[in-house]
Amino acid sequence: MSSIIRIYNSSEINSRTFDGFSTTLRKVFSVPVSIANVSLNLEDAYDNGREQYNSTALLAKLLNTFDTSNNKSIIVVDVDLYIPVLTFVFGEAQLDGSAAVVSTHRLKNQYYGLPKDDTLMEVRLEKEIVHELGHTFGMYHCQDYECVMKSSTYVEEIDLKKTVPCRACQQILDENIGKKSRIE
Amino acid sequence: MKTNEVSILVVDDEKVVRESLTKWFKEDGYNVEGAENAAEALKKMQAKKWDILLLDIKMPGMDGMELHQRIRDLDQNPTVIFITAHATVDSAVKALKNGAYDYVTKPVDPDYLSHLVSNAVKQRQLTNENIRLKEQVSEHEKSYEIIGKSPQIQRIYKLIENVAATDTTVMIRGESGTGKELIARAIHNNSERRFFPLVTLNCGGMPEGVLESELFGHERGAFTGAHYRRKGKLELADGGTLFLDEVGNIDKKTQMDLLRVIETKQFTRVGGNEVIKVDFRIISATNRDLEKGVKDGTFREDLYYRLNVFTIDVPPLRERTGDIVLLAEYFLKKYSEQMGKPYECFSDDALDKIKAYSWPGNVRELENAVERAIVVGTPPAIKATDLPFSLKEGVNNTAPAGSLEAMERHHIQKVLEEQNWNISRSADILKIDRATLYNKIQKFGLKKPS
Repeated sequence: MSSIIRIYNSSEINSRTFDGFSTTLRKVFSVPVSIANVSLNLEDAYDNGREQYNSTALLAKLLNTFDTSNNKSIIVVDVDLYIPVLTFVFGEAQLDGSAAVVSTHRLKNQYYGLPKDDTLMEVRLEKEIVHELGHTFGMYHCQDYECVMKSSTYVEEIDLKKTVPCRACQQILDENIGKKSRIE
Repeated sequence: MKTNEVSILVVDDEKVVRESLTKWFKEDGYNVEGAENAAEALKKMQAKKWDILLLDIKMPGMDGMELHQRIRDLDQNPTVIFITAHATVDSAVKALKNGAYDYVTKPVDPDYLSHLVSNAVKQRQLTNENIRLKEQVSEHEKSYEIIGKSPQIQRIYKLIENVAATDTTVMIRGESGTGKELIARAIHNNSERRFFPLVTLNCGGMPEGVLESELFGHERGAFTGAHYRRKGKLELADGGTLFLDEVGNIDKKTQMDLLRVIETKQFTRVGGNEVIKVDFRIISATNRDLEKGVKDGTFREDLYYRLNVFTIDVPPLRERTGDIVLLAEYFLKKYSEQMGKPYECFSDDALDKIKAYSWPGNVRELENAVERAIVVGTPPAIKATDLPFSLKEGVNNTAPAGSLEAMERHHIQKVLEEQNWNISRSADILKIDRATLYNKIQKFGLKKPS
């Protein structure tokens, strides 16, 4: 079993916000959670033409900068993310791997010309963190629109989701975590 | 179709695009692989079948358009979606004209790409399901084929076609093994009732109480051993067709009950009071002379007329000799395929033996004989010794023994029937002129069947 989930906060979010997420993360993944504020230079992932940051490059940076062995690490950033073939992504993760990245950029109401709503943004962020970490535990997308593992390409779809997996996904997740634990 | 059953091949020379697309679709659970050029894609396509191809247009060497052309020559039909950074109207039109499913430009909106692939999968699934269902329907139809080109069987095709369109009660008469049930099935399958069940009840050799219970069903406790309520064949045939085989064997009491149901279209289960209304069509079959049964008093006259509204007389195989070889070849192909034995034909002596035999058990006997010959024989040809009957048992000579006149009458009738009562052709075969043939028909009282 992965001994710990590490959240690296490289955003403007107050680290106390993440304390609130820990309960959910422990409940879903059954592992302890640690939170650290970090300052990462993201410029080498920046694409001048697109004015966005390559999320795959950020994942590589996370893996190179921190010790991610035997744990699941996720970095939270504020910048707009993309993968080359898509116009944007909310986040990216290594499927059945150890690293993930998620951005608050398109989770903020202001991005869509709406009044600021920090509470809503934090709820969205919590869901995206659980979602991307789910991929690192080998989870695929789910068709249940309320399941946290449902793929979201609009922020409104994130709002429809719950912060936890559906019963079927939770069962698969528990099996995946148990299987890993047996192997290790 | 689950996503892990869908295979996607991403063909793009840019590693970063290939990998990001592969990763993106893997998270959806698809079975995804990448290929960095057309050659690798073709190699992967020869190794296995792919459902969806995401193709880049501009690649070094063979480009996406040319690869698309090459794929069309392979024995697979993947759904092709072009993804390109260099979109032009010309290339989009060309791609779609060549049968691509869609054409998108990089970078793609993630929502659009997800929906595009998901819709392509759904369309593919529906297309495959449609093909499979068509094959099943065609197999289903084939399995009830009535084989034959003789005028007699052609006449039966016509009768089936005519009566199937109506809701008329049909009686099929013919010797055992002539294919009466196939005809009943063909009528049902071509009728308006084809989407409802065809329920068959063999009335032969069934004790009185059992047949009654089979037809009408029974309530719990109706008789010793009736532990549960059971629906009868009449109830099961609601909306469809009830095929009563060997109808001449129904006992007198059940004949009366059946007559009442035919007239009122309602009945009660054995031991029950509830009146059940049913809508069915009856097709019956018999190998007995029911008119004789009516005269003897063993079969109710009123029921006979109710059942015998439209009659189809199925000729025995010996009266349609022209179909014997055709049927034998049909069964040879059918059972060779079923048993995986590479038979190609009958030897000449086997064919002579088949033609000379009188087939008292009709088509069923012929089918059994060919099936057995395939089991015992050695491909590629069925030999006479593989056939399980002896010509001593039944040489095809069924002309009545006795006077020369009876022989002549029988022969003329046989030729006329074989030629579907075409006087000129029959006269040619008999080597007499048409006037003489007319005289003989009149003399022997021969009548063209209606």
